[in-house]
Amino acid sequence: MKLSVYRFNPDTDQRPAMQDFEVEVTPGMMLREALLEIKKQDETFAFRHSCGEGVCGSDGMNVNGRNCLACITPLAELKEPILVRPLPGRPVIRDLVVDMTQFYDQYKAVKPYLVREDPLPEAEIRQTPAERDRLDGLYECILCGCCSTACPSFWWNPERFHGPAALLQAWRFLADSRDQATDARLDALEGPYKLFRCHSIMNCVEVCPKGLNPTRAIGRIKDLMLEKGV
Amino acid sequence: MPIPTRHFDALILGAGGAGLNAALRLAGADARVAVVSKVFPTRSHTVAAQGGVNAALANVMPDNWHWHMYDTVKGSDFLGDQDAIEYMCREAIATVYELEHAGVPFSRLDDGRIYQRPFGGQSQNFGGDQAARTCAAADRTGHAILHTLYQQNLRARTHFFDEFFAIDLLRDDEGYVIGALVLEIETGEPLIIASKTTLIATGGYGQVFRTSTNAFINTGDGMAMALRVGVPLMDMEFYQFHPTGVAGKGMLITEGARGEGGYLLNGDGERFMERYAPRALDLASRDVVSRAIATEVREGRGCGPNRDHVLLKLDHLGADVVHHRLPGISDICRTFVGIDPAKDPIPVFPTAHYAMGGIPTDRSARVVAPLRHGPEEVVPGLYAAGECACVSVHGANRLGGNSLLDILVFGRAAGQDILRYLKENPNHRPLTDSVIAPAMARLERWQRRGDGEPVHVVKADLRKLMEDHCGVFRTEAVMAEGVEKLVALRERVEGVRLTDHSQTFNTARIEALELDNLVDVGMATLCSALFRQESRGAHSRVDYPERDDQNWLRHSLYFRDGDRMDSKPVRTKPLTVESFPPKPRVY
Repeated sequence: MKLSVYRFNPDTDQRPAMQDFEVEVTPGMMLREALLEIKKQDETFAFRHSCGEGVCGSDGMNVNGRNCLACITPLAELKEPILVRPLPGRPVIRDLVVDMTQFYDQYKAVKPYLVREDPLPEAEIRQTPAERDRLDGLYECILCGCCSTACPSFWWNPERFHGPAALLQAWRFLADSRDQATDARLDALEGPYKLFRCHSIMNCVEVCPKGLNPTRAIGRIKDLMLEKGV
Repeated sequence: MPIPTRHFDALILGAGGAGLNAALRLAGADARVAVVSKVFPTRSHTVAAQGGVNAALANVMPDNWHWHMYDTVKGSDFLGDQDAIEYMCREAIATVYELEHAGVPFSRLDDGRIYQRPFGGQSQNFGGDQAARTCAAADRTGHAILHTLYQQNLRARTHFFDEFFAIDLLRDDEGYVIGALVLEIETGEPLIIASKTTLIATGGYGQVFRTSTNAFINTGDGMAMALRVGVPLMDMEFYQFHPTGVAGKGMLITEGARGEGGYLLNGDGERFMERYAPRALDLASRDVVSRAIATEVREGRGCGPNRDHVLLKLDHLGADVVHHRLPGISDICRTFVGIDPAKDPIPVFPTAHYAMGGIPTDRSARVVAPLRHGPEEVVPGLYAAGECACVSVHGANRLGGNSLLDILVFGRAAGQDILRYLKENPNHRPLTDSVIAPAMARLERWQRRGDGEPVHVVKADLRKLMEDHCGVFRTEAVMAEGVEKLVALRERVEGVRLTDHSQTFNTARIEALELDNLVDVGMATLCSALFRQESRGAHSRVDYPERDDQNWLRHSLYFRDGDRMDSKPVRTKPLTVESFPPKPRVY
């Protein structure tokens, strides 16, 4: 099977180029394994990866125009020639490795941690199964960046729009019955950019390898703002 | 040009659960703490832990820490240190509540308390009925805990060095560990982190085996670093094979699947665990279940066209339980096996999973080694916690749900003791060129050019070698041959050359540095396995099938210098309760 892979090493290359590799495919083979085969052929090829089962979020990349995790993308589902590029919209460090700093900064900006003002009980803070179920589809985010780097609003305003991954986490804490910073969280999201640059294009939902829905979460935040504003 | 140097009170190598829980303790106490991780923190392998964390909360049925302690001692095949086990089981309860307060989205019971599921080796009342002690966030507990700890560290403003690779520890002439040489992966630039204390929290080394549940990054870096500054590794022969890795592929299927009521079937459709563990059945200890599966397959009762695996049946639990309680493994099955476990059984086989052994520490996570005055002398300034460490709370076999507990409890303990140490040792010790030289030499070695074997060939041979010579069942002849081959392979590493000498994000160089580490921990494992002439826990010798408490109720110690073996006694005395003396271990 032929893969065409984005190559750029700032130490040696003037400009990026696509390079073709031939890889022998075995049944059930995932894209990550094919990339590892390529690395055996050419150890200068660089990409991030680790767990191999879609939980660490290291190997987000753009394949045939669509963002995905290489380790859970079966080769059998990809059309040849397979074009493998770095996640779009981020500065390329080398080959498929991109600079995710801004993505992480946006994540940090939503204060993604539980805030509790009340004295803590000796045992657990109680939460009903229904309250806990509200966190499903939110806490599972693996910060792979597939969603935010597929989002046109994030491409245009990465320094001002938080992007779908960060906003999903903003809602994860707003939705948590234990969190006591609702007003501060909502206040921090006001203004035309941080939240409201989302135009419900839904690329994020389309590409999320964990099946999460940031657009819906963003809608919920807007609803809550409205509710609190009234 | 001098290498740039940064100064911190505490340096933490590794950003998994142990490192992050220690960092949280330290940052919260206003210590200057640096966390170095070769991957962005939430990519650390804690993220892949599934089933849960043990604590005797008694939310589902009666429980107490003392029963938890008994189960852990028994699970360890009496090789665990009972003072450390008592400490861990007592601390477990407050630890889980602390995590919950920090935001971990635990699954819940109807009354709003934390959901707990049964796991292997758990009992009520010292060996009675099955207990339910494992606190779970569906089957994504590690992910939930790791992300929460990272988030709380953001809040505490911990200083992170993301994507920096630790080359070696810096240890001065008086034996103090005073920091580490690290490499910024993005730029290829070395950096010295001078620190009053250093915590190794680098996790396991499953990549030394060909098929493993472990991530690509689990290459035993910290363990090998400890070896290279003269610290031994303890009980390295005890490597856990998880009973239920996806057959032929290795992805983990949590013990929680059996905890929720799943069971194993052989090729005859027989529920074979009835023969191996009549009472605990599929929830016997992991070593017992793994041996049972391996035996079924060896004796021709496997499943599939090659009769090379068994089946884990979950369909009787109903789609609701499977998809709600086990969503993560449902995903794994769909993606990698092409089945829905609520409908079809999962093909499974024992898979290399977890190191019980590691860097010897006391229960404050201080590294202890026989240096001048005795077997447990503290190495000043050096700490270890998590899978890379050996406290020892797991002894010869770890219970499911005790590894998340271990990393949290001893990560926290490390943080606390580091604060005490900093009070007594407020100043940085001088850092001389001679201390840095060996670490720099290790880095510079990979700049050698010319023809040589590539890293990946030697790494693949190593992993095959370890699988062939240090698997579930072991014999003198097979292991001795393995050691011989590994000595030869270690010599081959000298001839390995990189073709990529670029500076920017050179992953080939990182993999070469990891290969050095894998060879060192592989040798420790194989030498220790050959050394121990008995069967205990995960170490199963066909030629010495019985446990031998007379001669081997001892921890093994491997030293890199001369591949030397030694041993030290097990700490059988708990802190406050009566000791659990060794007795036959049946489930």
